Amino acid sequence: MAIRRGRGVAAINYPTGMNLGGDPTQALVHSTPTGNFMVTLSSVDLGQGMKQIMAQICAETIGVPTDRVIIDTADTDTGPHCMGTFASRGTHRAGNAVIQAAKEARQVMLEVAAEELEVNASDLETDGQGNILVKGAPQKSISIFDVALSAHFKRGRSISGRGMFLIPRSYPEKETGAMKPSTCYAHACTVAEVEVDDETGEVTVLTVKNVFEIGRALNPKMVEQQLVGGSWMGISHALYETTEPYYPNRDYGGTDFNQYLMPGPGDLAKTEIIVLERPSADGPFGAKGPGEMCANPQIPAVANAVFDAVGVRIDTLPITPERIMRALKAQAAG
Amino acid sequence: MELRKSYFADVRQNGLNEIGQPRPRLDSPGHVTGKTAYFADRNFPGMLHLKMVRSPHHHARIRSIDTSEAEKHPGVVKVLTAKDVPHNVYTILILIQIGPEDETVLADGKVRWKGEAVVAVLAETERAAQEAAAKVKVDYEVLPAVFDMEEALKPGAPLVNEYHGQNYYLYDSGECRKVRFGDVEAGFGQADHILEQSYQSSPIEHAPTETTGCVVAPEGNDRFTCYTNTQAMFFTLDNASIILQMPGSKLHFVGGTVGGGFGGKVDVIVEPIAILGAKLTGRPVCFIYSREEEMQISSPRAAEKVVIKDGVMMDGRIVARKVTGYTDAGAYSRHSPYGAQKGAAHYPGPYTIPNVWIDTYCVYTNRTPSSAMRGFGVTIGDFALEVQMDKLARLIGMDPLEFRFVNAYRDGDMKAHRQPTEGAALIECMQEASRAANWPVAEKYMAMSSYTKGA
Amino acid sequence: MAKVPVQFTLNGSEKAEFVDSGTTLLHALRDKIGDTSPKGGCHQGTCGACSVIIDGELRLSCLTLAETCNGADIRTTSGLAEAGVLHPLQRAFLDAFATQCGFCTPGMIMAAKVLLDHTANPSREEVVEALSGNICRCTGYEPIIQAVLTAARANSQNAA
Repeated sequence: MAIRRGRGVAAINYPTGMNLGGDPTQALVHSTPTGNFMVTLSSVDLGQGMKQIMAQICAETIGVPTDRVIIDTADTDTGPHCMGTFASRGTHRAGNAVIQAAKEARQVMLEVAAEELEVNASDLETDGQGNILVKGAPQKSISIFDVALSAHFKRGRSISGRGMFLIPRSYPEKETGAMKPSTCYAHACTVAEVEVDDETGEVTVLTVKNVFEIGRALNPKMVEQQLVGGSWMGISHALYETTEPYYPNRDYGGTDFNQYLMPGPGDLAKTEIIVLERPSADGPFGAKGPGEMCANPQIPAVANAVFDAVGVRIDTLPITPERIMRALKAQAAG
Repeated sequence: MELRKSYFADVRQNGLNEIGQPRPRLDSPGHVTGKTAYFADRNFPGMLHLKMVRSPHHHARIRSIDTSEAEKHPGVVKVLTAKDVPHNVYTILILIQIGPEDETVLADGKVRWKGEAVVAVLAETERAAQEAAAKVKVDYEVLPAVFDMEEALKPGAPLVNEYHGQNYYLYDSGECRKVRFGDVEAGFGQADHILEQSYQSSPIEHAPTETTGCVVAPEGNDRFTCYTNTQAMFFTLDNASIILQMPGSKLHFVGGTVGGGFGGKVDVIVEPIAILGAKLTGRPVCFIYSREEEMQISSPRAAEKVVIKDGVMMDGRIVARKVTGYTDAGAYSRHSPYGAQKGAAHYPGPYTIPNVWIDTYCVYTNRTPSSAMRGFGVTIGDFALEVQMDKLARLIGMDPLEFRFVNAYRDGDMKAHRQPTEGAALIECMQEASRAANWPVAEKYMAMSSYTKGA
Repeated sequence: MAKVPVQFTLNGSEKAEFVDSGTTLLHALRDKIGDTSPKGGCHQGTCGACSVIIDGELRLSCLTLAETCNGADIRTTSGLAEAGVLHPLQRAFLDAFATQCGFCTPGMIMAAKVLLDHTANPSREEVVEALSGNICRCTGYEPIIQAVLTAARANSQNAA
């Protein structure tokens, strides 16, 4: 009887957005009198940071710092339609809608600035700090604060924009299944290293090395949050979680956090995250949805590592000590 | 976390001010000071508490319901049964034309899973609602139940859901969603080895720290504001509008700040009945799942069974892959027909295989209806695919990582769904993993690229 | 139902309420007094989201009856910042990106505060032990552990 080590690999891809498309999201952007920008949505932040990312996307597009953007979301009396936060769609769908709305608002802003500076709007650029400059002659400039005041009180313009993003729905062909499930895919490869106690069936995930390709890390610290948490959930799915431990038998289902098992802060694998960026053709600044796929590759990687360690295949999730012990017993019985 | 910018450097847009910057989250100061307002942080004077009477049986006919004792219980304001719900039979995906309507808001004549909502009790306090719920008498005639997907698909199995008429979802393609590409039998015929394996999972709970719920307040003008932790504002509003036969203009949903979702809060379960309660009593109503309800009543990730049959050559090429996927929807559709179909769209995984056959079934059984969860339709499929890949590599004596390089999809490769591959990056992920994990592979694999075919 | 008087100090302010006998401190704080920083994640003592500090000790407010808190000194996360200046723990949670949905955060901060009040320089193992009664479903815990260790270092540097 011994502690045995093994390692396993898994490689996956994952679609961004609702399968087969047809999932719209809209956004509205408008400027306040002093050049702050309000983004109005009905998208939901589940904790992944949707509000912050939409603020950064709007800020980048308009040409202002992120703290000049306010997010007003998920009030159906004011927010235009969003299909919802699921299917790794939030950043991609809502982000594209925000870009379109912000571009339209930016155009009005530049037109007003052009009138104030008596130049063509096409000759203007933003410095990202809240100013609009004449290209090649940056000493000639006006603050966005002043442009917004002018638009509101002098020129009677609404610095605002409408955005809409919809990938037309694909209908699978009945006999062949020909279809377009998604426009872009995130990718991952995970190597997990485990120890298995062949006397108790207990698995310890020692290290998990995850490489994720996510299009573009719009906010690297927030991407890291998702990927680290997702990697934890993948390991949790692999080894711990189920509401019906003896499925299809319905008995013994957990009803609280004492019975429904997940790794606690003392059960963490040493986790490494490496991010690659291959910008997607239709993503906001190339972004894809990393939120779901980051929890998938750990499951087969751990399963393969368990086999590498003790030579038994557990093809039923979760990979519990009981299942490992039964498999080891069957293996010993030959 | 490390960002490896050497990959795909030629296509990355640089010179951005806000994108790519680790800006602090604008919602975090609220989180660390306890000031962030979640739906349950709204409290209204005179708010009623809603508790459900739930089925103790997996499958039963309801002979009668007697709510008289419950209605007399001190503090009880209203007791709701199926007849109070204007459009009681619904299905959430009807909004995107995926029917039929197959689920009851409150059970009408029958229950199809243990835990199904039968009677809603509204009372002044949570305790009074719970005590009164225990006094509702439901007379059941227990019916045979089916829990196993293969049993459910056999002729003569108990019929779970009459709205479907059979224990599987009927797609326009028939009993399953199909993908047919190349000639899978010819592929098996030429293969050096064939491996057929079966994989299984059990239901998984989202387990967000904040349970599913909502608080509804009448606005005094025939409109109702619903503070909710739904993941989809208008999806929920529009479904509530259908169920309540109430114009959407009478409904005002406020949300967007949710204590974790993971897919568990895209069902439309708590809002319609709570709004109905508020409408019929003229009082604010809260309906918040207990932790036990969150664990056993709210939809879990479906149990799945995946059977994969592969034909592989000794040089590592997979020449044929046949996948049969079964998704255990439980008693009602919710999002499962979509999820099973998403599985069909995902197989055969990120690999280029010339002959592919995919069938995915959405199966009804007498268990808690399953629904969306992080990785919906894909997570369990990836477990099956990637364990199968490991077995195949060992079968032909190849390194498991190198085996994946041999089969990895690249730009321009035709997928089984007859879409050319675009934007692939699997190879680069595996190259980086090889380095990071000190898992060396042959130089020819490290020289590969997703951009072009041919080493 | 018979009401019982409860009187205690909440984040330094005197509070007095009449509650139904059997009311939990969690409900009293949230529904009567209006401090919604303790969260109800399970109402059965298994998630830690409702954690508060009573007379210097970490307590689950969902399993504590309000009527047993007469005369107590109760602290919650909403009272941690002084004059708008964040407590080092709050600062560390922000800087470490240790919050996602934020629902577990007030309870985590309470658990961490009691640890740091008793142990100025905790080891990683001590931090893990202190947080082990609190469930987080988003972060995978590591950023939270790092935040607590960072706050502890900041505290001890200030003390030195």
